[in-house]
Amino acid sequence: MSELFDMPSDLQHSYLGLVMLHLREALLPVLFGLLVALPLAQLCVRLRWLYPPVLWITTVLYAIPSLAFFVILIDYTGQSELTVMIPLGVYSLVVLVPAIVDAVRSVPQETLAAATAMGFGPVRRYVQVQLPIAAPAIIAGLRVASVSSISLVSVGMLIGNQGALGNLLNSGMIYNQERLIWLSVVGTAVLAILVDAALIGVRILLTPWMPRGTRKNTPTLTAKAAAR
Amino acid sequence: MIRIDSVTKRYPDGTVAVDRLSLEIPDRSITVLVGPSGCGKTTTLRMINRMVEPTEGTITLDGVDIMKQPVNTLRRSMGYVIQNAGLFQHRTIIDNIATVPRMLGWGKDKARARAGELMERVGLDSALAKRYPYQLSGGQQQRVGVARALAADPPVLLMDEPFSAVDPIVRKGLQDELLRIQEELGKTIVFVTHDIDEAVKLGTMVAVMRTGGHLAQFAPPAELLTDPADAFVEDFLGADRGIRRLSFFPSAGLELLTAPIVAVDATAEQIAARATGDAPYLLVTDLDGKPLGWAEPGELTAGEIRQDQLLACGRPFVAGKESLRAALDCAVLSPTGWAVAVDGEGRAAGVVSQQTIGEAIRGAHAERRADGKTDGKKDSRDSKGSKKDGTTEKAAR
Ligand SMILES: Nc1ncnc2c1ncn2[C@@H]1O[C@H](COP(=O)(O)OP(=O)(O)OP(=O)(O)O)[C@@H](O)[C@H]1O
Ligand SMILES: [Mg+2]
Repeated sequence: MSELFDMPSDLQHSYLGLVMLHLREALLPVLFGLLVALPLAQLCVRLRWLYPPVLWITTVLYAIPSLAFFVILIDYTGQSELTVMIPLGVYSLVVLVPAIVDAVRSVPQETLAAATAMGFGPVRRYVQVQLPIAAPAIIAGLRVASVSSISLVSVGMLIGNQGALGNLLNSGMIYNQERLIWLSVVGTAVLAILVDAALIGVRILLTPWMPRGTRKNTPTLTAKAAAR
Repeated sequence: MIRIDSVTKRYPDGTVAVDRLSLEIPDRSITVLVGPSGCGKTTTLRMINRMVEPTEGTITLDGVDIMKQPVNTLRRSMGYVIQNAGLFQHRTIIDNIATVPRMLGWGKDKARARAGELMERVGLDSALAKRYPYQLSGGQQQRVGVARALAADPPVLLMDEPFSAVDPIVRKGLQDELLRIQEELGKTIVFVTHDIDEAVKLGTMVAVMRTGGHLAQFAPPAELLTDPADAFVEDFLGADRGIRRLSFFPSAGLELLTAPIVAVDATAEQIAARATGDAPYLLVTDLDGKPLGWAEPGELTAGEIRQDQLLACGRPFVAGKESLRAALDCAVLSPTGWAVAVDGEGRAAGVVSQQTIGEAIRGAHAERRADGKTDGKKDSRDSKGSKKDGTTEKAAR
């Protein structure tokens, strides 16, 4: 059984180690992207003219191949995790910025007017009204960004040992070992599914206020109903 | 008192939404702003809580310029209710209502207790407290909107077409509820609508605005219906202005006939005695005196009166309490042309013909005209007084 998960020594990690590395390299950039996208999106909502150029820039950045990023970054950050994560973080913006802008814009005008009329200042209104109501759509954006990031991490193998499960795929091909290839491909897919499911769980926890119809098929809810 | 003093609002694109508007909004009463779409009602309302800043002119609240107060303090002293309620969909009903008290620094328990009180006041079942807005009907959401605006007990309530998105029956319920709440709390309410019937029903004073943000007339509803200032106001009031105006004439003075009424167990002698010829029909009542229906005297056989022989008498009006409008409506709808008046318990108090009602209307008009001649100002005050009757009458419908 343990042989199934034995790793070639040149990967310098156990299978679990590779999985954890993969997860870190995929999700930290998305988190970083979220931290950049939130204020950027708010700026785009406030200053309408800013949105088209910002959207254009994120799209152009997304079109730059990661290899090109690596070539530039390697002089500064070397063959490190950071070199892999920076382009991934930049890529996540192409999904997150429009997702957040649309989400914040979709908060009903009456709701905003009511908040203003009750004496909410702009910051309080953003934090207590706009952001919570936008949360489901933002999380939907995060799901897309996270899953695509998980699949993109593999290119890290281009700069040596930073591709995590991608390096495992590479080894499998070099050593002609189908077992390693399967471990890599299935591992990546399972990781993507689990992260996606976790984000759905977060959304359900955060939005007890959403109409049931839109979250009918979630197991958590059925379980809750059964527990009652 | 809220005093709007030659206020103009010009939006950045050049639209003049409100043009040199001056209004004195009296305390503890409902002032309605009414007018066609785009005439500047919302803009006017939003200038009062500074969601829109006037280009020219001043607005004072109890003598203090509203621009001189911190904006959020001002807003928290004014409840605001809008169409579709604008509830916070991510908060429970109780937390929605407790929003402003919480912002004012009340403790959680105190704010929630207050919110619970308000739910009762606006007629919401306390079982709804833990629900989210999507789980409520439109009418219930609107009630939550009103409760939320009242939560911190602000002296002023601004309402922008709060009831226009619900169906007519729910709307009527909400209007009656608002009048009841107003009677209990005595807020200074500024109410925007484009529905003239709503304006006449709710307003102590009604400001009719016309496109371009001009004030066309500012008067109590009865005066508006009697004396429209110009062709625009007259047109806006609609073709049945005369009928609507009858709401302000009490039915108390109507002469009711009690002779043509017989009980269902009447003897032949009683039937004969009652058929005096004052009325072509007799009204038959049950043993409690509640009206059952009409019949011609010749058709009635003592001891054998069956309800299915009778002509339906339709909806009666409550004598003295309801207006001449209600009385006329009953007479017009009645198959015999006679209206049935009942007392508070629903027992027949008398019957009255269309002709008699018509005479009463002519008499009331003549009286108003005479009043108006002796003292024009007094007329408006009188109609404000009789307004109470008008609203309770309409509430009773
Ligand atoms: N932010 C704005 N910028 C430019 N023009 C505006 C703005 N808001 C309103 N207006 C214009 O000002 C005028 C008055 O608008 P307002 O919303 O006060 O009308 P209203 O009487 O409330 O109409 P409705 O009954 O349709 O709600 C309209 O012509 C409208 O187009
Ligand atoms: Mg409006």
